[in-house]
Amino acid sequence: MAIAREAEPVGSLHEVREAGLDREDLLGVYRNMLITRGVEERGHILYRQGKIPGSFYTGRGNEAASVGIATAMAQEDVGTPLHRDMGVHITRGVEPWKIFAQYMGKADGPTRGRDGNVHMADPNLGLIAMVSHLPAMLPVAVGAALAFRIREEARVALAWFGEGASARGDTHEGMTLAGTRKLPVVFVCDNNQWAYSTPTHLEYATEHVADRAEAYGFEGVVVDGTDVLAVYREAKRAIEKARAGGGPTLLECLTLRMEGHAVHDDAFYVPKLMFEKWAESDPLERFRTWLRDNIDMTDDEEDEISGGVKRLLNDALKRAEDSPMPDPSDLLDGVYASPEDLDTPHHK
Amino acid sequence: MAELTYLQAISDALRTELRRDKRVFLIGEDVGVYGGAFKVSLGFQEEFGPWRVIDAPLAETAILGACTGASMMGMRPVAEMQFADFISCGWDHLVTVAAKQRWRAGTPVPIVVRLPSGGGFSGGPFHSQNPESSFAHIPGLKCVCPATPEDAKGLLISAIEDPNPVLFFEHKHLYRRIKGEVPEDRYTIPIGKARTHRIGKDISVITWGAMVYTADDAAQQLEADGVSVEILDLRTVMPWDKAAVLQSARKTSKVLVLHEDNRTGGFGAEIAATIAEEAFEDLDAPVKRVAAPDTPVPFSPPLEKAFIPQVDDVVAGLRDLAAY
Repeated sequence: MAIAREAEPVGSLHEVREAGLDREDLLGVYRNMLITRGVEERGHILYRQGKIPGSFYTGRGNEAASVGIATAMAQEDVGTPLHRDMGVHITRGVEPWKIFAQYMGKADGPTRGRDGNVHMADPNLGLIAMVSHLPAMLPVAVGAALAFRIREEARVALAWFGEGASARGDTHEGMTLAGTRKLPVVFVCDNNQWAYSTPTHLEYATEHVADRAEAYGFEGVVVDGTDVLAVYREAKRAIEKARAGGGPTLLECLTLRMEGHAVHDDAFYVPKLMFEKWAESDPLERFRTWLRDNIDMTDDEEDEISGGVKRLLNDALKRAEDSPMPDPSDLLDGVYASPEDLDTPHHK
Repeated sequence: MAELTYLQAISDALRTELRRDKRVFLIGEDVGVYGGAFKVSLGFQEEFGPWRVIDAPLAETAILGACTGASMMGMRPVAEMQFADFISCGWDHLVTVAAKQRWRAGTPVPIVVRLPSGGGFSGGPFHSQNPESSFAHIPGLKCVCPATPEDAKGLLISAIEDPNPVLFFEHKHLYRRIKGEVPEDRYTIPIGKARTHRIGKDISVITWGAMVYTADDAAQQLEADGVSVEILDLRTVMPWDKAAVLQSARKTSKVLVLHEDNRTGGFGAEIAATIAEEAFEDLDAPVKRVAAPDTPVPFSPPLEKAFIPQVDDVVAGLRDLAAY
């Protein structure tokens, strides 16, 4: 039996306005979702062209969850997005050409070729780069929240993890510390129902991951992760609660991972019917329909947005392809930080 | 200058930095109300409050991960592992996140992890270890192992100032046993600079931590034999003062490397290999290692005595080298 609150879909345009989104914002959200999917689709092509070394991961099906939450963050908030959360990077303002450069191991990628795929972040945008060991970044986000609490700043940290990573001890430790100290952190579970090939019933024995929240002393909420407006509303609520001193929330966004774990994986183990069912609630198509039905998004507006995204990505690809490969003679640089490296917006 | 114990010198450094820099905070198990398992932070919570001397749940990964996150937001966290042994519970965080973040993502992680380490009082396999070599192997981490009260204070302040994750190994057997003159003012001692503990001309002992004193006792016995022993206290094993080691090796031409950690893969192996690579022509004898055997740290006193290098073991090693 569920313990977490199961969030309702957004009922009306009025409710959306109440939550702080005007027409311009809504079209912006749609644009960010299109860029998110576009970056990953183009990445796929680059991979097939042999231009991306190693493997390639996407978050297809998670665009509403990632963009919805990032839209609810304030500029001064921080977060640790994962490999299904490209929408967070896009919404926070990472330029797509840098993401393509990162994919291709180029010198202009955020990690200058030192790490691959979505293992990147721009600290100037309040983001912290993930590692492969999930959910290792969850206690890190809790630490950011601890800093805000010590300094009594009205800022919130967003801590992403997957339902697969919910099995690891870092999740328990991070939530324990955050719960006992009532820290301003929102835990976001990207529940895409498959931890590589492992289904949810072999990952956790409760109905929802968010059911655990009560045991840590805070609220758990489950939301349809394909509904960007519902995700936004719940994220906004949780973030503002944390900002006001109300402590953490565990927000679980339920989606389906619409592709394999990575590009090499054909996801044969996911039932075909499951894919078909979730394809009916494709986050982009769903929001597009909502925009047409509720705010009368016109054909012209839609063309302008999709045309703009296409141009943005074309230019981005070209710029990334022109970026040089990293210079191996720099390999030893920066294993250790120097005092000047602390001259960042955050370290001050 | 005041005479302080090694433990008091560590407390003094922490208090100095907490008073001076609002970004510094302590977090760990029982560090607040209780003052820490060894009472290093006794009275701190009264002075600095519960949000700067933070009692954490028994969760090493959360403690270390939180330090990393807070450091990225501009704080200068100092974590206490109740015993160095428990750092194994936080290994993943330190090695996977903290050590690599600057190199791969450009984000420095200025944290200090204090590690009460070492044996000599029947702490058994889980309260006696010296895990510095495991961490010295990880690019991105620094490892500091002071032997004297003066170094403990100056190096801890340097560690807090340092923009990297620094593991600060405090030898428990020195806490209340060793006293020394410690300047009252704030000062730093550079990380990566060795200290000549004893000047000699016939044999060099390269060591750190509590073994500095074992080496000193052994050197006094060798003096009676007419053999002059130099002792180089590395102070920090990562980075380590290669130049000072090579200089001493070239001066005496005979080297004994001494540490309390297990022999195989201990940091002494790295030192011996470096001397072999870079000062082979200057040597009059093979580099000798005296270290703990390759077992866990035993509990019962006669077993522990057999495990931890004793003065007699060092004396025997030095005599072998002298006779070579």
